[in-house]
Amino acid sequence: MRAYLNGNEAVATAVRLARTEVVAAYPITPQSTIVEKIAEYIADGSMAADYIRVESEHAALAACYGAAVTGTRVFTATSSQGLAYMYEMLHYVSGCRVPLVMAVANRGLAAPWTIWADHQDAIACRDTGWIQLYVETAQEALDTCLQAYKIAAHAEVLTPVMVCLDGYVLSHTEEIVDVPEQEAVDRFLPPYQAAYAVDPERPYVFGVGAGPELYPAFKYHQQQALLRAQEVIKEVDREFGAQFDRTYGGLVDPYYCDDADVILVLMGATAGTAREVVDDLRRQGERVGLLRLRSFRPFPVADLRAVLTAAGVVAVLDRDCSFGYEGVLATEVKAALYGSPAPVASRSESQWGQPLVAGFVGGLGGRDIGPADLAGIYRQCLEALRHRDRGGELVLSGGWQR
Amino acid sequence: MLAEDTLKRGPNLATPYLGFTTGSWRTERPVLDPERCNNCLACWLFCPEGCFSRGDQAVSLNLDFCKGCGICVAECPRQALTLVEEGAASARLSER
Repeated sequence: MRAYLNGNEAVATAVRLARTEVVAAYPITPQSTIVEKIAEYIADGSMAADYIRVESEHAALAACYGAAVTGTRVFTATSSQGLAYMYEMLHYVSGCRVPLVMAVANRGLAAPWTIWADHQDAIACRDTGWIQLYVETAQEALDTCLQAYKIAAHAEVLTPVMVCLDGYVLSHTEEIVDVPEQEAVDRFLPPYQAAYAVDPERPYVFGVGAGPELYPAFKYHQQQALLRAQEVIKEVDREFGAQFDRTYGGLVDPYYCDDADVILVLMGATAGTAREVVDDLRRQGERVGLLRLRSFRPFPVADLRAVLTAAGVVAVLDRDCSFGYEGVLATEVKAALYGSPAPVASRSESQWGQPLVAGFVGGLGGRDIGPADLAGIYRQCLEALRHRDRGGELVLSGGWQR
Repeated sequence: MLAEDTLKRGPNLATPYLGFTTGSWRTERPVLDPERCNNCLACWLFCPEGCFSRGDQAVSLNLDFCKGCGICVAECPRQALTLVEEGAASARLSER
C-alpha cells in the first residue's frame, strides 16, 4: 500500500508492523510525533502494545530495558537533549546486550538552543556500544526500523540499534512511502524470542557486577558482536531486498563511485541533494561520486576502502564536530584509509597513492545544505586535483559552512 | 571463568552466580573460635553479606563476600569472634 507519510509516521508504521509490544518514550521535538502516532495506534486498537508513560528520557530507556529483559519487543525514540539525558542508560542497554530499537530524529545540541537538524546528538553517542544506522528517506526509515529489529536480536549481535533520521528534513517532510503488508512483515520478522527472560521459576540476575577479572571478557565479546554486526547488517538488507524489492547497500550506499576522481562521503538526507549534484556534474563531464554512509557503528572500514581507495580526493561532509579537532566522520574516514594500499593502476596519468581526505563541516543546527553548497565542495576538490595534475601540490583544507 | 557462550550473551546470569566475589576488598578478617561459640546465631542474623552458615555445634564462615565490617565481632555475646588484620601473623596462625 502506498501512503503519503513523513519520516516520523514511517517509523511509527514500522513499529506497528513489527508488532512491538512495549513502548516508553518522553516527548521531545522533532521526535514527538513518532510516539504520538504510536499512542494513536494503541488507542484505536490497531497496535497491541503497552505504552509506559515516564518522567524523563533516562526513565524511558530504563523502562524499555526492563521491558526487554522480560522477553518482549521494545521501542523508544528521542532527539538531542533527550538522547544526551539517556547517555547513562545507553551503556547499560548495550552492555547488557538488550536488543531494542530506538529512533533518533537527529537534532543539534544546546547551547545555543536549537530544535533543528544536525548529527551532533547521535555522533556524541558514538562509543556507547549501539549500532547506528543513518537513513536518507522516510521509506528507508520505515524499512530500516524493520531491519533493525532483526539485526539487534541476531544471536551473534544482541546489540541495540539507533535508527537515525534527520530532524524535520525527514521527520516532518512527507513523501510517498510503500507500506508493506502485515503478513509480509510477519514473514520477515518472526516473534521475538529472547535468549533469557524474567521468570520466577528460573531466577536470573540482569546486569551483574563484574570485577577486573571478568569485565574485560564481557567487553571483548561486545566488541566482537559489533564487528560481526557488519556482516549481519548486510545479510539482513539482502534478505529484506529479496522479500520487499528494496535494498540500501547494507553498510555503505555508493553512487557513481566506480570511476570517480572525487567522492563525497556523508550521512543522512543530504544524500538526496548530493545525488542531484552528482548527476549535474556528471552531465558536465566531471568524474564525481557520492558515498552515503549508512552504518556509522559498526564502522565499515573494508567497505569504505573498497570504494574510496582509488579516488583522488575524498571530501567528507560532517553535520557534527569534535570540537578541538574536526568533523568526526572526517577523522574516521582518514583512519579507515590509513595504511590501505594504493591502487595498482591509477586512473590518472601519474601515480596517486592514497586519496587526500578533506573535511567539511556543514548543515549544523538545521542550516540548509543546498545544491550550490555541495557543488562548491566538488568544484574545490576537482580544482585541487587539476592543480596537482599540472605539477602542483595537492592541497585542500576543507571548510566550515558559517 | 564463565563459559564463552555465557560471556557472549552479556552479563545476565542465572542465579546463584553473582559475577564476582568481594572478599578481596577486606583489610581485616573475623576469626572464629569454635570453642567459645554456642551456636546462638547472632552473627548469622546480623551479617550483612550472609557469610555465616549454621552448623550442629558452631557456625562456620565463608569469607568470599566478607568485607571485614566487624558487625559479627560486635554482636557476638560470647566474644567468639575476633577481628585480625589481613596478612598479620595472628591471621595466618588462626588459619591453621
